[in-house]
Amino acid sequence: MRYSFIAQLEELNNNVIKMGSILELSTNEMIRALDTIDVEIAKQIIARDDEIDLLEQKIERDCINILAKQQPLATDLRKITSIMKIITDIERIADQCADISEYIIKLSKMPRVKAPANLGNMIEAMKKMVKDTIDSFVEADVEKASTVMKADDVVDKYFGDICDELSDVMQKDSKVVPQSICYLMVIKYLERMADHATNIAEWITFIVTGDLALG
Amino acid sequence: MKDETKFSVKDLNLFYGNFQALKNINMELYKGQITAFIGPSGCGKSTFLKTINRMNDLVEGVKITGNITMDGVDIYKDMDAITLRTRVGMVFQQPNPFPMSIYDNVAYGPRIHGIRKKSVLDEIVEKSLKQAAIWEEVKDKLKKSALAVSGGQQQRICIARTLAIEPEVILMDEPTSALDPISTLKIEDLATELKKDYTIIIVTHNMQQAGRISDKTAFFLTGEVIEYGDTEQIFNNPRDKKTEDYITGRFG
Repeated sequence: MRYSFIAQLEELNNNVIKMGSILELSTNEMIRALDTIDVEIAKQIIARDDEIDLLEQKIERDCINILAKQQPLATDLRKITSIMKIITDIERIADQCADISEYIIKLSKMPRVKAPANLGNMIEAMKKMVKDTIDSFVEADVEKASTVMKADDVVDKYFGDICDELSDVMQKDSKVVPQSICYLMVIKYLERMADHATNIAEWITFIVTGDLALG
Repeated sequence: MKDETKFSVKDLNLFYGNFQALKNINMELYKGQITAFIGPSGCGKSTFLKTINRMNDLVEGVKITGNITMDGVDIYKDMDAITLRTRVGMVFQQPNPFPMSIYDNVAYGPRIHGIRKKSVLDEIVEKSLKQAAIWEEVKDKLKKSALAVSGGQQQRICIARTLAIEPEVILMDEPTSALDPISTLKIEDLATELKKDYTIIIVTHNMQQAGRISDKTAFFLTGEVIEYGDTEQIFNNPRDKKTEDYITGRFG
């Protein structure tokens, strides 16, 4: 038995889960921050992004060390190479949380307008995708990972609907164009976050089954 | 690469007295490829390797059932051992040059096969040493003892000696386990080069070596073939949990 190697793998696993948990904190708070245009929460989300970046760098270094020193194979190899991809996606989602927060700060400096009707639902759907992704990593649950991939279509649909809504709003009242542009950016980031969650779900499937999703 | 069968092994069992060392082996070994046998000590991989050129014939109390065919011909029933071993050469764990000059080592086989003419022997020696990627290092000391060079060089001289009788198949039994990493990589490069013209079957304890050079890998455990397939599949995604446990080191 390679006890020290197994301990290294466990530490790696725990750090990925930790990174995912910090991310979940941000996606959970996103709803309230957007709903109430809460600058304080937005700032906290931005600050948390640095924590995620540091963890990403540590995990990356650990993966490279394990590859160099332990020459992992089979499931171990799949797990380590997949983790290197997964942490990039987690880091991107965290970046996008920070990007959305910047728009919350911008919105706070403008006259308040009504948020797009389905924005709350879109965030909920994205938030659930992130949560399910982290859970399916923890539980090595391919079924759950596949629900994440399916949920991406729901988020895409919300994106299209909200785009139309914002387009209507802007045509009717040019005074709200600046706020609408902010919301447009926000939903684009949300849509991208869902894409990254889908990528993670695909890597989890690869870890468990060895099958690489194509496309 | 299309898989063209060189050896076909059917229901092969091997007993040393009452001890069954190989259990019901069924597999095809393919031409122009490197096949690696991996598995813990005592799993039967070397025993199986030796059945391919009938080295086990010499072991007292050995009993073999089932059959192995080479190009469709049964090597136990329809071929004599000498013909077989001319076609199936072998390289061992410890370099074992004969206590004679480098030249005489390589010319040994051809001389036994009746080649006497110096110009022909010169040509065979040079060609074989070149094929074994050792010519440049020894061309100026062909008359020196083969025991006077390094272990890595000795092993390549042994490979040249094997190649000199132009076999079709080369069996390698842990050919680099006694060598340093540089010599090891030279032998690995050489094996990869040689598979264009030869079928190579290698037993190795070095899993990374199997991964680096082989096309197919078979995992042996307690005399059985647990899993056999493309090396890429075995190392990335083995189907059997026992294979997975062995190659990831969660074994014993």
